[in-house]
Amino acid sequence: MTRNAICVTGLRKAFGDKQVLDGIDLAVPAGSIFSLLGPNGAGKTTTVNILSTLIRADAGEIRVAGHSVADDPNAVRAAIGVTGQFSAVDNLLTATENMILMADLCHLPRREGRDRATELIALFDLGEMADKTAATLSGGLRRRLDLAMTLVGRPEVIFLDEPTAGLDPRSRRGMWEIIRGLVADGVTILLTTQYLDEADRLADRIAVLDGGRLVAQGTPDELKQLVPGGHIELRFTSAAELDTATLALGAAGDPDNLTLQVPSDGRVSSLRALLDRLDDASIPVDGLTVHTPDLDDVFLALTGRDSAKEALR
Amino acid sequence: MTTTATYPLRDSAAMVRRQFRHTWRNPETLFGALVVPIILLLLFNYFFGGAMNVGTRYLDYMVPGIIMLAAGYGVGVTAVGMATDVSEGVINRFRTMAISRASVPTGHVVASVVTTLAGIVIALGVTVVMGFRPNATPVEWLAAIGMIVLLVVAITWLAVALALAAPTPEAANFYAFPLVFLPFLSTAFAPADTMSGGVRWFVENQPFSRVIETLRGLLTGTAIGDDSWWGIGWCVGIALIGYLWARALFNREPRTR
Repeated sequence: MTRNAICVTGLRKAFGDKQVLDGIDLAVPAGSIFSLLGPNGAGKTTTVNILSTLIRADAGEIRVAGHSVADDPNAVRAAIGVTGQFSAVDNLLTATENMILMADLCHLPRREGRDRATELIALFDLGEMADKTAATLSGGLRRRLDLAMTLVGRPEVIFLDEPTAGLDPRSRRGMWEIIRGLVADGVTILLTTQYLDEADRLADRIAVLDGGRLVAQGTPDELKQLVPGGHIELRFTSAAELDTATLALGAAGDPDNLTLQVPSDGRVSSLRALLDRLDDASIPVDGLTVHTPDLDDVFLALTGRDSAKEALR
Repeated sequence: MTTTATYPLRDSAAMVRRQFRHTWRNPETLFGALVVPIILLLLFNYFFGGAMNVGTRYLDYMVPGIIMLAAGYGVGVTAVGMATDVSEGVINRFRTMAISRASVPTGHVVASVVTTLAGIVIALGVTVVMGFRPNATPVEWLAAIGMIVLLVVAITWLAVALALAAPTPEAANFYAFPLVFLPFLSTAFAPADTMSGGVRWFVENQPFSRVIETLRGLLTGTAIGDDSWWGIGWCVGIALIGYLWARALFNREPRTR
């Protein structure tokens, strides 16, 4: 039987008269990565702030690592680690001093604390920067230090609020590797992101948050099945060929682009069957692309808005 | 209800070490707080002092006031430091850790008290170079040091509370201004009996004057009267209010975006 590391029912929170979270239910099994996906302003950070005991919920039952956030916040704090959207490192301390400060505040014995700091600095490849003040580190290095600090106390549950926001692609991939490695050690992670590919690559389960409500929840594959959208797009060189193909396959053509979209489940066998039918009818195809639904399609279908436009808003 | 053990002393010690590192990296905060008191010391002694008639040598008269100015400017720096600190992300990290919450302001207070006292020692050193020769006995010295430490602890807690009440670090500078300015509205540079009416009443009774008169008596042998008890009372009261207020403000839900 799997135990839930995070269990939330009926979470509500308003700031003034603005209802930011409007009845959220979540269950995150221990040892998994759960992603909260949503555009800016959806309530992701507010959720993390409440689950990590930073602010109080207006209503709802919340248990993290088996402890009630409302009744025993200190027990929750002892079990969690938080890496927020905004860097939570002490800028005037060096990387090593930041790590040792964490070890002291986690009440590790002195020797063990020093060893843990050294171990994590090596693990996160911060060795060269260990004696530089945090203020002088690059964005990617600060984020790594931030996460390393979170791990000093060996938390059972880790909250990562947009851990790769603002990072260059290389640092982002490095961060993904680190996050995957954490779960291998049995840690539970709640990750918020507005990057659909990030949730797709990392998460065991995803909840889509929009306007303070969860509009969908499931594995990445389950979510993708919520939207039709898988198709093969065929491209032709002339309108006559397109017409023939439209008749032969009974699909809707696009005369302007000389393309035809055929619904498909994306499997090789169905692709081969389609090509065989085109061969049988002697219709030359200029090119084809296979389009499998991604989370962008899910997001668009669920919220009625385009995530790319959302990010620009 | 808390089932997790807490370690307020260990947490506060870690925060004090953190603050000392900050001061070590930014020593200008210590010296910055000393610039105005020392300039005023020189100005009053060499420019205005000759016109002052206070019954004794003017340098001897104003030393306690300079100590108060050094304390006031010192805690002004503390207020800005505390407010800047809570505006940074690392404080929210501390809030999500199983540590004693009061350890954060306590770290600021302990480190600031030590820094401010170091500033006062430097300022006193300058007065000695200028010719100040206190005639205090060892017991009077101990009492004077006790009075100074008590005052600095009291106004540092108050400054930290004011800083936590301020919406921004810039505002904290303004909120702490009374602590920086009140020593000027005291018997630091002129005796209260040269003033009249409400001004005189205010100057005689405000905490800085009470502490100044106590120190003046201890260091140069003037009459102390009931000033010492009033001074101690003021300081204990201010320290208590500052501590309780700061603790309540720090436990308040943080402003989040």
